[in-house]
Amino acid sequence: MPEQYGVILFPSVHFALRAEKRAKDEGFKIKLIPVPRHLSSDCGVCLRFPWEQKEIFLCLLEREGIRMEGIYLLE
Amino acid sequence: MIYFDNSATSWPKPPQVKEAMVRFMDEIGANPGRSGHLLSIEAAKILFETRELLAKLFNVKDSSRIIFTYNATESINLALKGLLQPGDHVITSSMEHNSVMRPLRDLEKEGVRLSIVPCSSNGELDPKEVEKRIHSDTKMIVLTHASNVTGTLLPIPEIGKIAKQHHLLFLVDAAQTAGSYPIDIEKDGIDLLVFSGHKSLYGPQGTGGLVIGERVDEKKMRPLKQGGTGSRSEFEEQPDFLPDRFESGTPNTVGIAGLLEGVRFVLKEGVLTIYQYERSLIEKLAEGLLEIPKIKIYGWSKHKEQIATLSFNLFSLSPSEVASHLEEHYRILCRPGLHCAPSAHKTIGTFPEGTVRFGLGYFNKDEEVEFALQALQSMG
Repeated sequence: MPEQYGVILFPSVHFALRAEKRAKDEGFKIKLIPVPRHLSSDCGVCLRFPWEQKEIFLCLLEREGIRMEGIYLLE
Repeated sequence: MIYFDNSATSWPKPPQVKEAMVRFMDEIGANPGRSGHLLSIEAAKILFETRELLAKLFNVKDSSRIIFTYNATESINLALKGLLQPGDHVITSSMEHNSVMRPLRDLEKEGVRLSIVPCSSNGELDPKEVEKRIHSDTKMIVLTHASNVTGTLLPIPEIGKIAKQHHLLFLVDAAQTAGSYPIDIEKDGIDLLVFSGHKSLYGPQGTGGLVIGERVDEKKMRPLKQGGTGSRSEFEEQPDFLPDRFESGTPNTVGIAGLLEGVRFVLKEGVLTIYQYERSLIEKLAEGLLEIPKIKIYGWSKHKEQIATLSFNLFSLSPSEVASHLEEHYRILCRPGLHCAPSAHKTIGTFPEGTVRFGLGYFNKDEEVEFALQALQSMG
């Protein structure tokens, strides 16, 4: 079964970059990607992450006080 | 040429500052946070990294609370005009720069009440004099960290404690100290830290910032300007989150690319190392000036901490005569006059003529100080 990915949208690019940095520090396999067309966030970038790590990833964001706008499963 | 005007802006800068700015123009150039394309992200990363390093430098837990501005003056205007309302009472010192005095005088016309605590003729502030002016309407204490005229440090940690005890906001104008003297917003009890990017942080002119501490409710703080932020574009109201709330319009990304390298330089050298080196230079200058009978220096004490700024006068000549003589005959560049701080000059007794100010920096050398001392010895 191919790996499933999710994306997290942020209110501004500052939060996206902060999430990327903290997640990388903790060894998450994440990647900043342009926001998929069917979603909307005009800072333009979102963070793609392995969907199976969703819970632990959200914990990290909460712990770091990083604001997010939405979380979506990539089809 | 000897450059002794570092209190106005530092020069030269570490070479990597200019190199980063050229690299931005050649290889990045895009608008940060406005799109998801590669170059826009690279530009956004410059702003982000600079905030992260500044957060490290000043011990700020959340780097989104660092706002970039055009200069320290804009930061002061943003904080004062964003937070003060008619009826609020503010306490400041008589050693302030016009960047603090003018916005406060302007707010005074709108009903903000102002107490100016007189400092001693050495430029020193007694914390008790601040505390006894606090009353029920007092909202904020505003102080310079170090005088841009005498280099005297004000007792920031002591006032920070007083501000906390009385539930007041504490704004510190660190234009002269950010990068050249240790600052820890937690230990020093600072709620609003104003910094200049182009002085002891070695960025280019057109860079500065404001740290908004956790005790400040940013949602209740009015922005000086509203506009595009690259976020929440579907709404016509200004975002309420940081840093976007106070950063409308395209930023000075090329300048901040330079500032990033300046801050990196400061962190690599170490603020304490920079302070100690500059302190040794200013001590050499002050002790040398004390040996020249026709010179009076202001606010100096060998036993006190002091930044690398010093004011003096020659009895026989006006400050501007001294400065032009130094430039013409010795190629020494300094700044005579009032240094945008008339109140400070009234405090030390040098209004309206002012003083000659030497602003030394990390790139000055012992030999330059010695040369200047010889030049002054032979004048007058």
